[in-house]
Amino acid sequence: MNDYQHSVLLDVNKCTGCTTCLKHCPTEAIRINNGHAVINDSRCIDCGECIRNCPHSAKKAVSSRLESMDRFKYKIALPAPTLYGQFENLDDVDYVLDGLKKIGFDDVFEVSKAAELVSAYTRTYLKTEGIKKPVISSACPVIVRLIGLRFPSLSGNIIHMLPPMEVAAYLARQRALDNNPGLKEEDIGVCFISPCPAKVSYVKNGFADYKSQVDEVISISDIYFRLINEMSHGSDIESLSESGIIGIGWASSGGEASAIFNERYLAADGIENVNRVLDQLENGNISQLEFIELNACPGGCVGGVMTVQNPFIAKARLQALRHGLPVSRNNLTKEQSQYIPDSYLFNELPEYEPISRLSGSIAESMRMMADIQKLKSSLPGIDCGACGAPNCRAFAEDIIRGNAHFVSCPIKGNESVTVKENDIDG
Amino acid sequence: MSEPLVFHYDIDGEDFISAGQASIQIKKNLRRIGLSPEVIRRVSIAMYEGEINMVIHAKGGTADVMLYEDRIEIILADKGPGISNIEEAMQEGFSTASDTIRSLGFGAGMGLPNMKRYSDKMTIDTTVGVGTTVTMVINIT
Ligand SMILES: Nc1ncnc2c1ncn2[C@@H]1O[C@H](COP(=O)(O)OP(=O)(O)OP(=O)(O)O)[C@@H](O)[C@H]1O
Ligand code: SF4
Ligand SMILES: [Mg+2]
Repeated sequence: MNDYQHSVLLDVNKCTGCTTCLKHCPTEAIRINNGHAVINDSRCIDCGECIRNCPHSAKKAVSSRLESMDRFKYKIALPAPTLYGQFENLDDVDYVLDGLKKIGFDDVFEVSKAAELVSAYTRTYLKTEGIKKPVISSACPVIVRLIGLRFPSLSGNIIHMLPPMEVAAYLARQRALDNNPGLKEEDIGVCFISPCPAKVSYVKNGFADYKSQVDEVISISDIYFRLINEMSHGSDIESLSESGIIGIGWASSGGEASAIFNERYLAADGIENVNRVLDQLENGNISQLEFIELNACPGGCVGGVMTVQNPFIAKARLQALRHGLPVSRNNLTKEQSQYIPDSYLFNELPEYEPISRLSGSIAESMRMMADIQKLKSSLPGIDCGACGAPNCRAFAEDIIRGNAHFVSCPIKGNESVTVKENDIDG
Repeated sequence: MSEPLVFHYDIDGEDFISAGQASIQIKKNLRRIGLSPEVIRRVSIAMYEGEINMVIHAKGGTADVMLYEDRIEIILADKGPGISNIEEAMQEGFSTASDTIRSLGFGAGMGLPNMKRYSDKMTIDTTVGVGTTVTMVINIT
């Protein structure tokens, strides 16, 4: 739907109108119009591919500034575990958490701590009778939107568990109220420190019936230098970290899935791979799986476009950091983990208008498709992108939808404008 | 509209790596038309199995998908070895696939039975040494 709020935007002044992003957008959401890129909001899934690939840095992720937290009396930071992988020679997460407090946060609640709780409850969830298998993770917001837009038949497989960021926000608020009796709900501000713009959009939009408990989302790259300057290497820092190997593992692909303690899982990362997996899953070609973890970014969250470090280096650093930590520090008793609290669950997924549909009526769509096929066969078929569409087929569709003109094709455009009437066999 | 919308694909028998591409294309197109996910699922599974069969058992062929207002017809035609005993081939678990093919996860002998299960009507027209044509009809309800 068009009222979905995005966080991937274009800087028109930097955009040269080249066709790079056009070719990389997995949902064909971009067109070049009047010499610069235009993103179609109803198709964009905030994956960040266009940011990753733009040679002119004209695509940018929009997130909040640290100052936006000033309006709150009590400020809580929720660092994503990916943050820990950005620093060289970091041997203890506490330095990062301590640094966050020094730059003005009153409390720090690790998203990796919440992730360990989500892992525990996911194991319980998988034993629930009557659920659709394989269960698909809800942690990556790009995936949730991608499934809604392109693979609606798999929506029923998405786990109705809130992502760790959201659980962390909820628990952090509880902790603030418990520890500070004078505090009112509205005094508390929760700030997620994010590797990707999709989390920004998620916070703006929530799920269908669920409003995010996070107030602001700041990018890791924005906070990085502030933080590194405040990170002491002394020994007199508070010991704040409360997560183990499992929680920190969520930052890279496979971390979440391996924590279900069951070999029948699949973990895929990178939007192209994810699309292939979902295609095959929809065809019923992947059988006997319990759980599927999908990450839009290459390597998982460490590959987010709002990070500063190369994903593989970040992953290696996280591996080193995890070494020596307990497996998990969720402190749940066996009994406690048997029952999933309601506060961890959401009811409804948002309903999206399937993006590929040509029109609301099947008969009309069939007519349009016939026209598109005819038109397409008259185009050069070299998918050069000069018309402003990612390929000849998309261009033909744009023309039939009334959004483009045949003359925009530099090769065939001047030959005949009446090609639609000509009978061309495909 | 009484004339069907036709999608034609050449299934390259030499190119094992891209086997299964036609069914993905069909799925994309049917989504654009706006058919129900259930119909799309049935078409793409049936088509996928047939497409793979043509690649692994018949060195490729052609796939024509015809979309009518009330139904989808899939015609898969090859010039492969043909099937000598259809009844046997239709049995779950029957397969002549080689070990190499099996190591890739095919050859469970479930393709033809699934094609029948997911279509409303299926006919196999085959002559040994000449080729095989499988026709499947899936109703759009
Ligand atoms: N197009 C074809 N040409 C020749 N023989 C075929 C063709 N399609 C199927 N067969 C024969 O029928 C048998 C059963 O086909 P079926 O699709 O059910 O199983 P499979 O292809 O062997 O294994 P699976 O489909 O489970 O990977 C095949 O092993 C093959 O001998
Ligand atoms: S963020 Fe992803 S979906 Fe949105 S325009 Fe960029 S590449 Fe396309
Ligand atoms: Mg088969």
